[in-house]
Amino acid sequence: MKNVKLKIKKPKVIVLAGYGLNCEEETKFAFDSAGGDADIVHINDLISNPKMLSKYQILAFPGGFSYGDDTGSGKAYANKFKNHLAKELREFLSGDTLAIGICNGFQILTNLGILPGALTYNSGGKYLDRWVDLEVKAKSPWLTGIKKISFPIAHGEGRYIANSKEYKDLKSNNQIAFSYIKGEVCGFQGLEANPNGSDYDIAGVMAYNGRVLGLMPHPERAMFSHQNPMWYKDKKVKPEGAGLQIFKNAVKYFRK
Amino acid sequence: MISRIYITGKVQDSREEIYLKSWRQSGFLVSGVKIVDSYLLEHSLSTSELTTIAGALTNPTLENFSINKIPQTPFKYLIEIGFKPGVTDNVGHTAKETITDLLHLKQNTKLVVYTSKVFLISGKIKIEDVKHIAASLHNPLIETSFVEDEKKVKNNLPLKIPQVILKKLKPVIPVSLNVDDEELINIGKEGIIDETGVRRGPLALDLLSMQAIQSYFKKLNRAPNDIELESLAQTWSEHCKHTIFANPIDDIKDGLYKTYIKGATNLIRKQKGKNDFCVSVFSDNAGGIVFDKDYLITHKVETHNSPSALDPFGGAITGIGGVNRDAIGFGLGAKPVVNTYGFCFGYPDDKRKFFRDKNLTQEMLSSRRIIDGVVKGINVGGNCSGIPTISGFLKFDDRFRGKPLVFAGTVGLIPIKIKNRLSHEKKALSGDYVVMVGGRVGLDGIHGATFSSVKIDSSSPATAVQIGDPITQKKLSDAIVKEARDLGLYNSITDNGAGGLSSSVAEMAKECGGVKVYLDKVPLKYPGLRPWEIWISESQERMTLSVPKKNWKKFKTIMESRGVEATAIGEFTDSGKCVVAYKGKKIMDMELEFLHNGLPKRHLITEAIVRSYENPKTPKNFTKTFEELLSRNNVAGSLFVSEQYDHEVQASSVLKPLSGAGRINTEAQVFKPVLTSNKGVVLATGICPSYSDINTYHMAACALDTAIRNAVTAGAKLSHLAILDNFCWCSSYDKTRLAELLASLRACYDYAVGYGTPFISGKDSMFNDFSGYDERGNAVKISIPPTLLISAIGVMPDLNKTVSPEFKKSGDIIYLLGDTNDELGGSEYYRLLAEKEGTNNIGNNVPKINLEKNLKTYKKVEQLIEKELLNSSISVTLGGLGIALVKASVGGMLGCNISLKNISGNAETAEAKLFSESQGRILVSVSPRNTGAFEKLLGDVAFSRLGKVSSDKKFIITDKEKLINTDVKALYKIYHSFSNKMK
Repeated sequence: MKNVKLKIKKPKVIVLAGYGLNCEEETKFAFDSAGGDADIVHINDLISNPKMLSKYQILAFPGGFSYGDDTGSGKAYANKFKNHLAKELREFLSGDTLAIGICNGFQILTNLGILPGALTYNSGGKYLDRWVDLEVKAKSPWLTGIKKISFPIAHGEGRYIANSKEYKDLKSNNQIAFSYIKGEVCGFQGLEANPNGSDYDIAGVMAYNGRVLGLMPHPERAMFSHQNPMWYKDKKVKPEGAGLQIFKNAVKYFRK
Repeated sequence: MISRIYITGKVQDSREEIYLKSWRQSGFLVSGVKIVDSYLLEHSLSTSELTTIAGALTNPTLENFSINKIPQTPFKYLIEIGFKPGVTDNVGHTAKETITDLLHLKQNTKLVVYTSKVFLISGKIKIEDVKHIAASLHNPLIETSFVEDEKKVKNNLPLKIPQVILKKLKPVIPVSLNVDDEELINIGKEGIIDETGVRRGPLALDLLSMQAIQSYFKKLNRAPNDIELESLAQTWSEHCKHTIFANPIDDIKDGLYKTYIKGATNLIRKQKGKNDFCVSVFSDNAGGIVFDKDYLITHKVETHNSPSALDPFGGAITGIGGVNRDAIGFGLGAKPVVNTYGFCFGYPDDKRKFFRDKNLTQEMLSSRRIIDGVVKGINVGGNCSGIPTISGFLKFDDRFRGKPLVFAGTVGLIPIKIKNRLSHEKKALSGDYVVMVGGRVGLDGIHGATFSSVKIDSSSPATAVQIGDPITQKKLSDAIVKEARDLGLYNSITDNGAGGLSSSVAEMAKECGGVKVYLDKVPLKYPGLRPWEIWISESQERMTLSVPKKNWKKFKTIMESRGVEATAIGEFTDSGKCVVAYKGKKIMDMELEFLHNGLPKRHLITEAIVRSYENPKTPKNFTKTFEELLSRNNVAGSLFVSEQYDHEVQASSVLKPLSGAGRINTEAQVFKPVLTSNKGVVLATGICPSYSDINTYHMAACALDTAIRNAVTAGAKLSHLAILDNFCWCSSYDKTRLAELLASLRACYDYAVGYGTPFISGKDSMFNDFSGYDERGNAVKISIPPTLLISAIGVMPDLNKTVSPEFKKSGDIIYLLGDTNDELGGSEYYRLLAEKEGTNNIGNNVPKINLEKNLKTYKKVEQLIEKELLNSSISVTLGGLGIALVKASVGGMLGCNISLKNISGNAETAEAKLFSESQGRILVSVSPRNTGAFEKLLGDVAFSRLGKVSSDKKFIITDKEKLINTDVKALYKIYHSFSNKMK
């Protein structure tokens, strides 16, 4: 019975890997630290045993450079996923499950058509690694209790594309998860809010009533307070970084 | 059938805007450009299948596709940039994989995909200018360009396949060595004469070596086959054998390496006794030291100078890819956890043109293109592999214009024990399969090892250029270090780097005492390669393993399931021989003993040289000179590089390449290799080529001191700190250059032993000379200044104690530790003045190390950091105290008020106090409530209280009078001006 919600103490997380995805280890670490039980699974192992997906409550597409961004970021991995796992993915999402795509994972989710919009070359034309500040207005199991938060980005194709109509729809459907704002870190380092020219400052979007989240910034790179560029100004803070909240929220969703 | 699919963007494309801007800046009358991706397919597919494919290659939100029809965008000229036949086409491979998967094609279905980029250009531009643009868009060594007028372009671009077609040549030819010495010299220098009458390119074997080979084969009573000579050339190359470091020199019987580098390490390890943290030094692809009770960390730094001069992007990306494989090839396979880089370039605005040939047809790439290409190569190599690039530097000198230095390093992590076996030990066993995994073999990188052992000139082979494919390597790396390694499926592993299979297989054969290889089993990129080419090709992304027969099936299955090709190409034996067969015939049959130890020794002789320089004149306007110094490429920040390199992946960053509100470049970096541990790894470097014009002993001493000081400044402990050496020399057969080399080695020994920091790995590149012609056809030779890079790696017990370089709070007290002496010789300040006067007056007073004093200071800094008494600490390096103060201020975006009156040391003039590059100095800031404890702890260590951090953003330095009076915002702008120009 898929739609009956069961309390699960340690939700199982599948973190995909292979073909150049490269953030699977820290993403697993984040879910495990948050109280989940994460497995790293190579896409070819999932393809050879597609039923495996139904064992999991949370599906994570981590960051990386799948297929080296050849033919367009996220495209080739999404094609492979679609070719072999379309049915299983549909079934997975029809249950009371969560899914997340971070950076390259977000690009994969848009190419899969699960999340709206698309991501293209940064307006600066180059790969960019820096911290950004984000604002949350919409509701989602992933975002409970978060209003403003700061993570790093590291991408070459992170410019989110949406026209004015799509933007209106996203907004009215409660689908904009994160917007770039000039917050604490930007203020500290004198940086522009929007690092890549994303339309309407969009950094992350959602679908399936907020159960599926995609974002360019990396919450799993903000698990420890020392990762934040402002840490050296005041080291007397709790050791846990803000990013862990995202993963804790996901785990908590299944405990309620 | 041949078809083309065009994919055209339909949203605003930032790449197009950036091209337009730069073309307009060059004065070209362009009004627009559209970038189109072209996929040229050789196939047997139906029209509807082609449409399906095109759909899969298109993101409908961003792109449109058209088949066999150029998109309907108005344009005047078209440029197509494609790859030359045989050059790795990564996008083409991915597209092929996507198509095969999508249509469920059988593996043997005819399908080849060639990709190219098409630029549709509009405006009043003339065809000559379009050709200029085309030239700036491609590197003729590896790429082709096609320029066409819109009127001549029909609906479609030519359907011509860039297929590799190799001349059918005899696979193996014997080479008679029954020749006179002159011909022996020719064979050694220019290569074997092919059946076409053309020489194949340098073997880089001198007469002495050729004679040794001659007499070896005389004893065997036969002529060597070409593959045997080529193989010897690889194994005996300077690149592989390091003859200059191995041979006796003057009265030093054991040679430089054994005496000074290994000698220092052996002594230090003995002195450390049970606190020795070295585990595997000099014997493997990287050096390995203890991280904690469960893990080792490894480090290796390589150079890729010659390839980067010819193809900067390809040279750099294969440089970083190659050194990643050194980590993967350490012990049973370490996981790459950090990349490092170091670039020595000519100045970006250097407009001089140089040619490799007298007819001025082979132009060297411009300085700016070399810089852009190299920076991008490390970007793609590191970013695509998910390895954070956290540590690096840029250096500039006119003399790096002929040959840039491209350093690339990788830190690895490996459990101490794997399946109850010590992970750093490995041994191929007789009976194991020789297994090649990863990429296929093509003509790329032929003669790479021998080529890097000679200077660049017109005979430099184009095939020496290699192309990187980071994803093939990533798949290989993951399959090995994250899966096969922990299953214990192989006995030994090594990288396929310089010399390709000939080196890796013959090296590994030493472990068991023999090998037999069947070269026709090696998978090729395209048919027609001759056995000697297969044997020495340096095609990238390959490792060689020794796999016990009983594990072969399981190993192969794992590799295949990860999309990695693995092929058994032979068997390890105990015959004492390296035997190679091709199509049933034995074509190489040599004793390992001769192959590895037959290289005749040469006694090297040095001849001392003393160089002397005047001092430059002191300038009048101090503040202006100060600002000029800060804006210099060597001093200013290099944010444009740091922020395009992913330094946060693996979630390990602690002290990043950029720090503080003002994002200054750090001179040491800290990361957390094991997410569950609070231990940190500290990385730092020291490099001082500017001093080698005056004295290479002090140059080397300063490089070593700087690396150690930078590391200690961030929180490293001398008791757990190791170093690596990378010598980049020039004209190394010149006796005076050898004398300079010897002096630098002596310094390495003296100070490594003095600080108790063992060398764990090293590499040298001895011929960084360019011989060619200037624009007028005059012969020129450009040699780099002798350069030594010292890289430090250390473990700190608690990463929370890391100290960053920027000022933190107004009111904090600023101190300088160490003495400031009048040591402006070779300083960046004197270089600036000399350049302005148009002289070479760089002074003689090069900084010298006071080991006893510095050691004391560094040990105190360790305690100060341990007790958390420092709010900031920055090492004083290039540009002296003045520049260190700017960096700390700009980093914190806080002002400071400084007096130099009572500064410790013998510097008397204001310029010496501000700009002398005396070593052993660290600039720190301390909370006012801690100054008592701070000063007490320092005891008799030399220190000077300089002033205070201020919140008013004013930056004031006073000696007898006010020297500098400016503000942090102005300095921030100047500090980042170079970077902004390069973005």
